[in-house]
Amino acid sequence: MAAQILSAIITIIVGVGGAVAYFWGANRLLDLIFPSRGVAGTAAIDNLRRQGLIRPWLFIGPALIILTVYLIYPVVQTLWLSFHGRNGEDFVGFANYTWAFGDREFRNSIFNNLLWLAVVPAACTFLGLVIAVLTDKIWWGTIAKSLIFLPLAISFVGASVIWKFIYEYKGDGQTQIGLLNAIVQFLGGSPQVWISLPFWNNFFLMVILIWIQTGFAMVILSAALRGIPEETIEAAVIDGANPFQIFWKIMIPQIWGTIAVVWTTITILVLKVFDIVLTMTNGQWNSQVLANLMFDWMFRGGGDFGRGATIAIIIMLAVLPIMVWNIRQANRESGDH
Amino acid sequence: MANATGKSFLGRFGVHIAVLVFVTIWTIPTLGILVSSLRDKDQIIASGWWNAFSSSSQTEAGRLPPPTAQVEKDGKFVLEGNIFEGGEARRISAFGLKSAAPTEFEAGAVADLGDGVSLQLNEDGSFVMTSPVEMEGKRGQRVYYESSAPPRFTTENYETVMFSEGIGRSFVNSLTVTVPATVIPIMIAAFAAYALAWMRFPGRALIIAVIIGLLVVPLQMALIPLLQLYNGVAMFFGVPSKTYLGIWLAHTGFGLPFAIYLLRSYMAGLPRELMESARIDGASDFEIFIKIVLPLSFPVLASFAIFQFLWVWNDLLVAIVFLGSGSDQLVLTGKLNALLGSRGGDWEILTTSAFITIIVPLIVFFSLQRYFVRGLLAGSVKGG
Repeated sequence: MAAQILSAIITIIVGVGGAVAYFWGANRLLDLIFPSRGVAGTAAIDNLRRQGLIRPWLFIGPALIILTVYLIYPVVQTLWLSFHGRNGEDFVGFANYTWAFGDREFRNSIFNNLLWLAVVPAACTFLGLVIAVLTDKIWWGTIAKSLIFLPLAISFVGASVIWKFIYEYKGDGQTQIGLLNAIVQFLGGSPQVWISLPFWNNFFLMVILIWIQTGFAMVILSAALRGIPEETIEAAVIDGANPFQIFWKIMIPQIWGTIAVVWTTITILVLKVFDIVLTMTNGQWNSQVLANLMFDWMFRGGGDFGRGATIAIIIMLAVLPIMVWNIRQANRESGDH
Repeated sequence: MANATGKSFLGRFGVHIAVLVFVTIWTIPTLGILVSSLRDKDQIIASGWWNAFSSSSQTEAGRLPPPTAQVEKDGKFVLEGNIFEGGEARRISAFGLKSAAPTEFEAGAVADLGDGVSLQLNEDGSFVMTSPVEMEGKRGQRVYYESSAPPRFTTENYETVMFSEGIGRSFVNSLTVTVPATVIPIMIAAFAAYALAWMRFPGRALIIAVIIGLLVVPLQMALIPLLQLYNGVAMFFGVPSKTYLGIWLAHTGFGLPFAIYLLRSYMAGLPRELMESARIDGASDFEIFIKIVLPLSFPVLASFAIFQFLWVWNDLLVAIVFLGSGSDQLVLTGKLNALLGSRGGDWEILTTSAFITIIVPLIVFFSLQRYFVRGLLAGSVKGG
């Protein structure tokens, strides 16, 4: 263990030192090869121009290499693998895709993912907005926001343990130590094994993600609400608008862009939800989702890379529109400058 | 806005109540595992954690010692002792002789077993069983009793999970993964961000567009090819494929698009005059970056560091794909996932382990919330 800590410390030093050495050294080398000081006239200008051509690539080079190896190459390779068999060697055409849409578990995952997509982003955005509006009006709003924001720091696995404890089931008539079953029993109902109820268990898993992500929606929307010009609201008040009209007709339209950002961010997260399903049910009782199914196929029966890659591509296809929209948005913004 | 709505006393009161309800719902789950992790492990299963501060009562079955221990006293045969062998701090409230009526007699009462045999069971667990004739049989009398224990809080669970369940070791592993995976990307991203914000070169707009595109690429896309790549490299050099170096670089790669995006948009917002006057004074890009841009970018560097730290610490997927499951490589999230399988019903282990895994993020989060929120606002397009 001591050796491990030592090696981590050495890595940090070597990593950071290496990065500093690279950037400093490469920069220095460039100055030496194309000196711009101490040389006469046109040579200096020529060298300065050459430096200007090369230096950006020295700065951006390491990042480009890492991005290529860790993201760009894998995306291309995954696409290639999705047309190949389990070892990634024999070409199988669209066989993996036809398999996927014929597979009961895959279709169940798609159905569940759609369910998650329909519920979680909407619930988080709605709750986040309501809480943001309410907490803006009270003196202890900051404390309240911190507490609601807090689950965002908790890992999905940690959150799963927390909620598994809430859903804990003991036989009918016994003392329930799970909060939900205790409440149900107190109200006269009979306790349930919540996470193994087909169809409904999806919602019990979604609650975990909503619990985590509402704080995110709240913080972003709260900042947007603060950015609304006071005058627009004052004008509405003078015109005799009631609180609900102000909320729906004055405030919401002005933060529409932010709502879209929150919604899409949570949508992407939902498409990739994995940890919660793995730790709560591992896809049993019809609660499978795409990301967990993909992980499953990476290792199931020694691993089927073709099928795993196919499922990854399908997740990617769902993200693609958001990606295109993001790039367009960014281009438009930089065009404004 | 505060004046616009909720003018009436009732309205304002309603807002307070509503927020209180939300805060309660959002806090209770975490409170549950915190309280449970500090409770005695027998009490966790005996009563809900919300009853942690009142005595927990449970109905148990026990057996008196066998009749061989009886002594003859005043012409009667007497068997004495205490039903609590360990001398626990439990109190008996009622007892019975049949499983159908486990609380038939109050503590201290004398129960009639027939044939003149009687049994008295006291509050503290001591009992006296008397019989006019010698008692026979190899096994002792069965008794049922309802006992209650005063609330007991302890740190025993923490000692258990830290040292015998291997959470302590996993904690070190998590730190080993997280710290380098947070530090390494910062330098690389900062230089790239500066180049993209303040240097002119062909292809710049394309690179920015690609990075924004990569922000939302699901991690799932990268897993299989990287796994193959790592296996290939490991086979070629004859080294293990699951190494800390491998996961540090993987986290660096996955964190870079967000890091560059966040740092670039911040650096691009710095005043242009600052760079230009430095350049007129003869400073090179390298000097401008080190002496002006980097110090001014401290807040955004801190934001990214917090994000990356939380992300890597909380990650399960990358860890289980790129690290082994041996005790020398299992991180906290992986360990917790393994415990959910192997110690499914042992809530004293699970709640305590869960609390240990979330305590570091919570501390980071509370002490640096300002930077965290800033990063969140600036980079809310990142998918994670």
